[in-house]
Amino acid sequence: MSTQSIAWPKSGVARRTLVENLHEWVTTVDHKRLGILYILYALLFLAFGGVEATIIRIQLIRPHNDFVSPQVFNRMFTMHGTTMIFFVAMPLVFGFANYLVPLMIGARDMAFPRLNAFSFWMTAFGGTLLYFSFLGGDGLYGAGNAPDVGWFAYAPLTSKTFSRGHSTDYWILSVLVSGFGSVGTAINIIATILGMRCRGMTLGKMPLLAWLNLTMAGLVVLAISPLTAAQLMLLVDRYLGGHFFDTQSGGSAVIWMHFFWIFGHPEVYILVIPAFAFASEIIPVFSRKAIFGYPIMVAATVCIGFISMSVWAHHMFTVGMSSAANTFFVLSTMAIAVPTGIKIFNWLATMWGGEIHFKTPMLFCVAFLFQFLIAGLTGVMLGSAPFDWQLGNSYFVIAHFHYVIVGGILFTFFGAFYYWFPKMSGRMYNEAFGKLHFWLFVIGFHLTFDFMHIPGILGMPRRIYTYEPGRGWDIWNLIVTVGVFFQAAGVLVFIGNLLWSYFRGKYAGSDPWDAWTLEWSTSSPPPSYNFATIPEVRSRRPLWDLKHPEDPDWQYE
Amino acid sequence: MHPSLSPTNIFAPVSTPAHSIVDLSHLVLMVTAAVFVVVFSLLAYAVVKFRDRRKNDGREPAQVYGSIQVELAWTVIPTLIVIVLFLATARVIASIQNAVRPNNALEVTVIGHQFWWEYRYPSFNVVTANELHIPVSNPAHPTPTFLTLLSADTDHSFWVPRLAGKTDLIPNHSNSMWMDPYETGPYLGQCAQYCGTQHAKMLLRVYVDSQEDFDRWIQAQSRPAHVAANASEGQRIFERTACVNCHAIAGTSAKGTFGPDLTHLMSRQTIAAGAARNTIGSLIAWIYNPAVIKPGSKMPAMGLSTAQAAAVAEYLVTLR
Amino acid sequence: MSAPSITIPQSDVQWSLPARGPMAMYCMIAAEAAIFTIFVVAYIFYIGKSLAGPQPQDVLRVPVFFTICLLSSSLTIHFAVKLLRRGKVVSFGLWWLLTIALGAVFLAGTAREWHHLIYDEGLTIQTNLFGTTYYSLVGLHAFHVTVGLLALGTVSIFTLSGNVRQEHAERAEVLSMYWHFVDVVWIAVFIVVYVVGR
Repeated sequence: MSTQSIAWPKSGVARRTLVENLHEWVTTVDHKRLGILYILYALLFLAFGGVEATIIRIQLIRPHNDFVSPQVFNRMFTMHGTTMIFFVAMPLVFGFANYLVPLMIGARDMAFPRLNAFSFWMTAFGGTLLYFSFLGGDGLYGAGNAPDVGWFAYAPLTSKTFSRGHSTDYWILSVLVSGFGSVGTAINIIATILGMRCRGMTLGKMPLLAWLNLTMAGLVVLAISPLTAAQLMLLVDRYLGGHFFDTQSGGSAVIWMHFFWIFGHPEVYILVIPAFAFASEIIPVFSRKAIFGYPIMVAATVCIGFISMSVWAHHMFTVGMSSAANTFFVLSTMAIAVPTGIKIFNWLATMWGGEIHFKTPMLFCVAFLFQFLIAGLTGVMLGSAPFDWQLGNSYFVIAHFHYVIVGGILFTFFGAFYYWFPKMSGRMYNEAFGKLHFWLFVIGFHLTFDFMHIPGILGMPRRIYTYEPGRGWDIWNLIVTVGVFFQAAGVLVFIGNLLWSYFRGKYAGSDPWDAWTLEWSTSSPPPSYNFATIPEVRSRRPLWDLKHPEDPDWQYE
Repeated sequence: MHPSLSPTNIFAPVSTPAHSIVDLSHLVLMVTAAVFVVVFSLLAYAVVKFRDRRKNDGREPAQVYGSIQVELAWTVIPTLIVIVLFLATARVIASIQNAVRPNNALEVTVIGHQFWWEYRYPSFNVVTANELHIPVSNPAHPTPTFLTLLSADTDHSFWVPRLAGKTDLIPNHSNSMWMDPYETGPYLGQCAQYCGTQHAKMLLRVYVDSQEDFDRWIQAQSRPAHVAANASEGQRIFERTACVNCHAIAGTSAKGTFGPDLTHLMSRQTIAAGAARNTIGSLIAWIYNPAVIKPGSKMPAMGLSTAQAAAVAEYLVTLR
Repeated sequence: MSAPSITIPQSDVQWSLPARGPMAMYCMIAAEAAIFTIFVVAYIFYIGKSLAGPQPQDVLRVPVFFTICLLSSSLTIHFAVKLLRRGKVVSFGLWWLLTIALGAVFLAGTAREWHHLIYDEGLTIQTNLFGTTYYSLVGLHAFHVTVGLLALGTVSIFTLSGNVRQEHAERAEVLSMYWHFVDVVWIAVFIVVYVVGR
């Protein structure tokens, strides 16, 4: 198989103007373009969320600091959480799914291209609406009308009584709107994977990335609706005088928590399962071995999907549920550790006996393995309810979930960026700068999030704009803040690398990594129709079969 | 961990619930540490042993697709670990949540407000705010304190790490927790559920007193306010401006319940739920403009002049 | 450059995958079912918890006739689709219009019921927990009926302008799945609100 790049001869066709180019991007229904739009959108909002985090950390660098007022601080942590979950992590998940799924299953596009575009623009509008809130109210001073109720917006703080301005409304509407986009994309993913695989690609022969995105999409379909429902109820309370969460009229604050977390817990699995997908594609290629235990990996993923819908109240151990209820949720929470651990062991077994090439994508995935292990173990600690009665709602929890989301999810996303950047752009990124990004970010990540566990153990709750000296929290907060700057530096190197490489990188060819799934069989970047002829496959690694005709996979599967 | 590391260290328990949690945490930490060491070592070993040696001979390593025995092993062992942790946890949940309240338990009702704590001792008819006093408990003959947790507005959470795990205060939803501290002393904590602008300064101070000290304290609290022979200028201002709409001073015309009860204000070491020390200077500053000390507090600046604020503070200082 | 046929074509192997349209509609139904589940859970949770105001047993009248109309419309739409599969466009159009009429009658019934509850019984969404949960749940359902009627109406317009043919039967079937779902939701709402909750 040739991997030379194609040099198009100069033709007589005039170059398109900037306006025509932009028009094409804005009206595109091509899954690859929409995927890139999602990813670029996410990177922009990653910058916003990062600035918000930096403001938080500067305010907390020492006790009784006055870098920002309490009102601004409360808007910062609310916006940081809402931005990162709904307008960074979700778009990244959908962006990569959009780009990769049709290519990896040998299809020409997603099942419903126009729905795809609609979904993207709904998400984009949601984020814009959220940030427009800064301009409301008193304008930027005091951070306008930006949401300040926490990203999970507990009732009755969000009622008209306690949230008189429009900050809650911006939170509700921006997330509601983007939720429709999310469900649309999920429906698209499911219909595409079930209905558009190329000939020979049975469900048991499709790449693990497809299986994991299918599971993720199933969770989206089931889990986003509870949030939508709860938000509609909150709107009824705020604008039609309803009493869903109005405790003065017999309403319940706890029922909001139930509805929110019935969404909220599956949501974090929606974010982490695609991260598992990237690890499952990258680790084999850079270990030069097939993934170990494919059927078990599929089964474990589906198990995780199911169990994740039954653990939600571990976010509510302190609200006064009965001991029976608390005990049940301890069991389901700890149970989910079993299939998750199985996956870690299978990745380890994939590397075992292999030949590991430590290119940038693999560096990020190896760090992911170490970090996700730790994150999972602190999760088990939190899952033990009495321990959670001390550690819950403290900086220990913040450290835990950032360990998962940054140390687990963001690390694999970085790995995925580097791995598929050659495919998307046709150019190789600069490997030295890739490694620099990795090391800067790893140092910063560990400075911030390792030490962040300690204030939690020493009694520091979350969502406080300042803290008292003399509680033993000062030095740890200082170290945590220092780590932020290393992470920021890493991200700047990353963006710089991608930008520079896009214009000046070496041509990558169709298969720079000597990989085995279908996206590497087409050019980099792929033509708009993906494949000249729809491929036909006989095993899970069609390109391995082509490259090793004497020892094809289908003899062993 | 030594308490001197921090006055709010969860690993320095002085009460049974906090202690049970520390005991459970030892098991959980040992198990998770063991898992960590095993898996971390395997990962580290793999990363070192199987790194690419640049043989460049174009051959791929042996492709291994799976192994049922290995999968079984690393399914069964974690499942057993989960079962053990679950059973240990279930026992502690029951021992804390289903503890029977003995007849000699002290009962306190805690009502969370934005951004202060109200304490009522129903059997003594005492209402106070922000600084909780409870008697020490002898492990041989325990005299625990049972708290009933309510809220007047949004969600709050009562967290004094050395005494117990946190329990939330949720409007229209009564919760309950208990503690039986066996060492006297002041214990610190703060609200642990985001409740609005000044969540950060809704601090907790719990004084565990000897039985005699507690009896003396509760007796003093149940008496009406110390009344001067002639109503001072400050008292007149207090009773004629809107102060009485929010604050109560037993034995006077002030019967407001929106803000903290001030009958024995000077028995407390801090004001504004721990946001400032209880000195005449802080009182004047607070009365003049609460937003300087605690911006977002529900107490508005009452539009008093500095002289008037000083006079009111002089009056309040008499409320021992 | 793209992959040539990678292995020996196994042209004897049957390769049929589920159709995309029905798959997407199943997913959408699942998502909608999840929304309705949450509203139903809220309704059930708040049964008997209203502090004041009209209670369900005092003011609700069981809408038997309108329920029969709505459930019959599932039957009529089923016939319509079957007829379109057989190429009988005119009969399809008539049964389709009958479905819309039955749905519209149901909506009118809901409107009448609400008018009675608001003006005669003084029950609004603000009155108490019953009012809030009742109007939200029944209203959410009525909203879905309305959207369904708009979609069905659009198809009727296309039928009248001669643009619907036998080959569109599968699309009509997908739309009918949505309509069946709306009816099933009504069965659940009916049981929870008019049977259990009273």
